[in-house]
Amino acid sequence: MSALFTEAFLTALILGAVTAGLPLMLAGLGEQISEKAGVLNIGLEGMMLIGAYGGFLVAYGSGSIWLGFLAGAVGGAAVAAVMAVLCVGLGLNQIVIGIALTLGAEGMTALQHHFQFAQSYPRLPAVPTLPIPGLSSLPVIGPALFDRPAIVYLAVAAVAVTSWVFRRTHLGLALQAAGDKPAALDAAGVGVVAIRSAAVLTAGALAGLGGAFMSEVGAGIFVPFMTNGAGFIGIVLAMLARGHPLWLLCGAVLFGACLSITTALQVAGVDIPTDVIQMLPFATVLLILILFGRRAALPPALGVHYVRGAR
Amino acid sequence: MTQPGHPAAFRTDEPIVSLFEVTKRFPGVVANDSVSLDLWPGEVHVLLGENGAGKSTLIGMLSGIQTPDSGAILVDGREQVIDTPARALELGIGTVFQHAMLVPSLTVVENIALGGPAWSRPDKRGIAARMAEVCAGIGVRVDPHAPVGSLSLGEQQQVEIVRALMRGSRVLVLDEATAMLTPKGSEELGALMRRLVARGLAVVFITHKLNEALAFGHRISVLRLGRKVGEITPDRLTALTPQVVTAEVVRLMFGSDAASAGTASGPERQPFAGGAPVLEISGLAVDDEAVPLADVDLTVAAGEIVGIAGIDGNGQKQFAEAVAGQRPLRQGRIDLDGRPIAALAIGERHRRGLRYVTDDRLGEGTVAAFPVSLNLLLKRVGDDLFWAGGLERSGPIADHARRLVAEYDVRTPGVETPIGKLSGGNIQKALLARELSGEARAVIFAKPTYGLDVQNIRASRRRIREAADRGLAVILISTDLEEVLELSDRIAVMSQGRIVGMVANDRSARLRVGELMSGVAT
Repeated sequence: MSALFTEAFLTALILGAVTAGLPLMLAGLGEQISEKAGVLNIGLEGMMLIGAYGGFLVAYGSGSIWLGFLAGAVGGAAVAAVMAVLCVGLGLNQIVIGIALTLGAEGMTALQHHFQFAQSYPRLPAVPTLPIPGLSSLPVIGPALFDRPAIVYLAVAAVAVTSWVFRRTHLGLALQAAGDKPAALDAAGVGVVAIRSAAVLTAGALAGLGGAFMSEVGAGIFVPFMTNGAGFIGIVLAMLARGHPLWLLCGAVLFGACLSITTALQVAGVDIPTDVIQMLPFATVLLILILFGRRAALPPALGVHYVRGAR
Repeated sequence: MTQPGHPAAFRTDEPIVSLFEVTKRFPGVVANDSVSLDLWPGEVHVLLGENGAGKSTLIGMLSGIQTPDSGAILVDGREQVIDTPARALELGIGTVFQHAMLVPSLTVVENIALGGPAWSRPDKRGIAARMAEVCAGIGVRVDPHAPVGSLSLGEQQQVEIVRALMRGSRVLVLDEATAMLTPKGSEELGALMRRLVARGLAVVFITHKLNEALAFGHRISVLRLGRKVGEITPDRLTALTPQVVTAEVVRLMFGSDAASAGTASGPERQPFAGGAPVLEISGLAVDDEAVPLADVDLTVAAGEIVGIAGIDGNGQKQFAEAVAGQRPLRQGRIDLDGRPIAALAIGERHRRGLRYVTDDRLGEGTVAAFPVSLNLLLKRVGDDLFWAGGLERSGPIADHARRLVAEYDVRTPGVETPIGKLSGGNIQKALLARELSGEARAVIFAKPTYGLDVQNIRASRRRIREAADRGLAVILISTDLEEVLELSDRIAVMSQGRIVGMVANDRSARLRVGELMSGVAT
């Protein structure tokens, strides 16, 4: 097996891990923000799908990859807006609404796709990369990490920004308070509904962006149901990362590696049935939940609608 | 009890805040009916009233959680609409709620920083410095970088008071602030309130404890059923003797019929003459994450009431559940009538005559959606009298329920009514009926009057006396010291999962129990 760890294999593995892990990371980051503020966002999968479809459509129609990303984020945020109105504003059950949004988005994108692309299956051209001078010429990690589309660097920057917001700003305190003790936040003169809505919308935008990344950068095409559970893995990641955006980054790369190991093994010429390998990410989810799931700490007010004056 | 003199230095011509005939209605109730109230600088204004008198609603309107349906709130003589907590803060009205309004996972400074401009960085050092200044000014000591979750309730209150002052509050509303404190903690808070008003603040102190009202207050307003029924001005408060004031306040709070008795539920019991031990507990130890029990020994004789006093959350609940069979023991013996029952299941203990009246009436005491009749048999499901081969015999079940409902005066539309629809007092009556009827030998009451109104408190206490007079061994767990002193023959004090002392209920009991509770005595 020593021949396995060739430069080509490692490059393919890390490259694939980043490509597959990035949407998970964006979705997980959104979920983390939403959960911190006390809203359990089960609709993440649906927001990703709408983002994937909207991103693909706009990128294909306009020819601009960036307009595509923007459309993906807006699409995800639009689904999240429904969630914000129903769950944060009206206090409906977050789990039920989340499931409904996911199922609705699945049906809607599949149907739209069927009508629009029944005859032809257009592909987007490969997204141009932005090599980082110096770093991109390193062996293995150069091509895998530092010769990537600009959106990859932006997504990693979003993790850093979120981490900064959580730890260094009043907004971070407000988010934490909204999920931990919303009454205290309200008493401090900050609107709980406003903070939670903002968190849900941000989560939607990030999930939508993750979806757009899947269709525009990962696949170059939209396929119905293409998110294939990525939103749910994002929820798991957010729970395991316990409020630390950096842990999320690591977790997403690990899961991305599991998802992309098929390609890497093909590069290395190892012959394992692909069905077995495709089980890997989900087996990993189970294994990690068994090992660390008990330590997942969720905010006390998660999923609880806040009504001023009710005790 | 000393009467604090009125600090005249801050007396101005107008109150900081005036409520003028404010009325607030909720579906089916008038929570506040045309209440007028003035809050003067330099005064501790005590709002007295029992549960449901409308104190919380009144504070809600002061702190921006509720808005009055009619009437006006004047701040510095100008009418203001206080429709959000933020607006109340702006106007200089700070509120410390009974349940701390702090985020446990944040530190003290972070909690104080909460609400700052979203994208800016909290100035933790600056806040800590200003906090130290305020703390020094009012004589309290708080670690600014401790997570709030690690602080005691008294410390959390101090944090909230400091925070309110840092936000420029001139009126400080303290809602049931002493409810969760030790007697010593209450004394300290009283002293703190006096230091605060000496600086020109107006303090509103809400309580239902008369002794605290007299000890800490400059002015006392009494609420009853949503109306303000009386006010004792500072002049009168200093002129009258504590006994006269007490009598007047009791008359105002409970109506004239109760003036002589307060919440007392009937004649004094005859002193307990001694009897054979019925319930013997020795070396009881229970594992628990929060409060493990260790070395609990307790013997209760027939006809005796042993009170268990202590601050809430010191193992009382764990103790009651362990004896009732709802929790596994680590070690120890429990004997009922000389026979070991520690290995028996809940139902078997119930059959042998051990009864437990839980304080969690809706959670573990009853199934809210079940009819009253089934709830009265909850610990006897499957009993041959009421179930034949697993099928309900609705006749006997209903008869049994009707008999108990009549005997225990449960006010319910019918025995088929889901018990969750009844008031707390009537649910408690149903629980008492279930646990006290039949062949009871020993009863554990956990906070039997918690959250009830005065009528139901009296009824519950009467049942407890009657149970003892019938020859039952009674354990009375209560966080209300008055209740323990009123009913018990002996008083055990529980602290951190141990019984730290046993006191005969004589005239020095109050002092001894207070010392044991606050950890002064050992």
